[in-house]
Amino acid sequence: MKKQRRKIKKSLQERILDIIIHSIAVIMILAIIYPLWFIIIASFSNPADVATGQVWLWPKKWILDGYKELFKQASLWRSYGNTIFYTIAGTLFALFINITAGYAMSRKDMVGRKWINVYYIIPMFISGGLIPIYLVVKDFNLINSIWVMIIPFSVSSYNIIVARTFFRSNLPESLWESAQIDGCGTIRYFISFALPLSKAVIAVIGLWTAVGIWNSWFNALIYLQDETLQPLQLLLRRILISNQSLLGAATGEMAAELRRLSDMMKYASIVVSTIPIMCLYPFLQKYFNQGVMIGAIKE
Amino acid sequence: MKKKSNIIKGLKKSIPLYILLLPSAVLLFCFAYIPMYGLIIAFKDYTPGLGIMGSPWVGFKHFIKFFNSYQFGLTIKNTLSISIYGILVGFPLPIAVAILCNQIRNKKFKKFFQVTTYLPHFISTMVMCGLILIFLSPSSGIMANFCKIFGLQIPNFMASSTAFKHVYVWSDIWQHLGWDSIIYLAAISAIDPTYYEAATIDGASTLQKIRYIDLPLILPTAMILLILRAGGILSVGFEKVLLLQNTQNAMGSEIISTYVYKVGLQSFQYSLSTAIGLFNTLVNLLVLLVVNWFSKKTTDTSLI
Repeated sequence: MKKQRRKIKKSLQERILDIIIHSIAVIMILAIIYPLWFIIIASFSNPADVATGQVWLWPKKWILDGYKELFKQASLWRSYGNTIFYTIAGTLFALFINITAGYAMSRKDMVGRKWINVYYIIPMFISGGLIPIYLVVKDFNLINSIWVMIIPFSVSSYNIIVARTFFRSNLPESLWESAQIDGCGTIRYFISFALPLSKAVIAVIGLWTAVGIWNSWFNALIYLQDETLQPLQLLLRRILISNQSLLGAATGEMAAELRRLSDMMKYASIVVSTIPIMCLYPFLQKYFNQGVMIGAIKE
Repeated sequence: MKKKSNIIKGLKKSIPLYILLLPSAVLLFCFAYIPMYGLIIAFKDYTPGLGIMGSPWVGFKHFIKFFNSYQFGLTIKNTLSISIYGILVGFPLPIAVAILCNQIRNKKFKKFFQVTTYLPHFISTMVMCGLILIFLSPSSGIMANFCKIFGLQIPNFMASSTAFKHVYVWSDIWQHLGWDSIIYLAAISAIDPTYYEAATIDGASTLQKIRYIDLPLILPTAMILLILRAGGILSVGFEKVLLLQNTQNAMGSEIISTYVYKVGLQSFQYSLSTAIGLFNTLVNLLVLLVVNWFSKKTTDTSLI
């Protein structure tokens, strides 16, 4: 009898714990989804309604003015194009650089492997810092050049380690041995055996790099003064942070209308710039997860 | 003799591998190692006309100038308080979320929970700062409107130097909490299920299982991440601080890296800026080594 009561009591305790856990989970989900949803509905609402707190779950009236005005801006299309170019070119280049290095580092028969390893690890902990790097980029004549967004900072020791770990644990040594017997050299083996077997790690590093470039802005800020070369994130900086209106200045009656449109463009620009990442998100989620796992077992 | 020919044979075989390494090694040399050489301008009075070699040596002048300046205390204080606050909140919470997520039995709900909590991680720093400014706006922001329902008025958080670190740290939590928990979730899922079975037979409650199985077994992972975070103690997310900074909150938001940026690229004191940056790097390295040593002593986990 006593024993039975204890059992019931315990399961009650567990049940309370279960309720607490699920409530916290639901609160966390709402705390993340609501702000994002709010931005979307605010981009379709009249800013006056948003400012006075009349928009909570659904726009009072659907308006597309913010998007219309935003899409009229040549600077949006130009910077969007720049970002797409930097992302694609930068990702392809970084993949080439880091995957080749990762493969070489994965081979245990490379002479001097230990020292080469150190050479790649040191920059993870010691950096020349802002000014010395700036001076070098300047010496290479890369200021105001599109290549500064693609070439100089493409090496990632972290991604090289991820690739190395992947190659080591997924390419059986016997494959390389038998390829050697058949007279296959390292480079050919890398291209026709190692690469086709490594789509997962290529996807991980590629998506990782692409999101990084899409979201980056600081290098562009210091190295690209030419406005026609600037990426989307710097345009967002003008709209969201510096609070500049892309529509210019006006006085009197026009000023109020202009402010209304500028406010709507703020929300619209957030949606427009984040949509590509959100569309990729299901893939990102899956592969990034794997990337974190591969990275985690590196030590 | 035989050994020597072996090395030559090995070298010959390694040549294609060196070719594969070449592009990345050259880029690293140009854009990581040459700038390290450039660090010597911290000990010189650098002027672009004279170049790195030609500029005169001045020893520790710039370091002393920084240590004696008013900004030294301020930037160190702000950097440390934001950073330590960030670690105190941002280190335990992902562990808690991972344990919480692991307790969710319904597979679909668990998946949904993961997908949503990872989502904000992919928002760019720029958009994130835009969201912060929009939501916290004291006149029209959603926070203000929400508080208005209860007749409350919120202060202008972005104009307050004391509120800055809270805004910074908690917005970071919102953005990265779910993502940071992935690694712990992986550590938990790697735990041998027989441990739980044995515990259940012995009548352990869920809380006891968490306390005696989950926590001790994710400790090594946690220590490694803590060491890495400690190694960046003077490197607070520079981009976000720079974007959220304004003249009104500068007393609470001026950190070492934003100061390096201003001294270097806005007032063009190249040598002073480099000296401050070098100081920052060295402190980071030192803290990393100390924490690593401490962790090795106490929990037997270490990075190096």
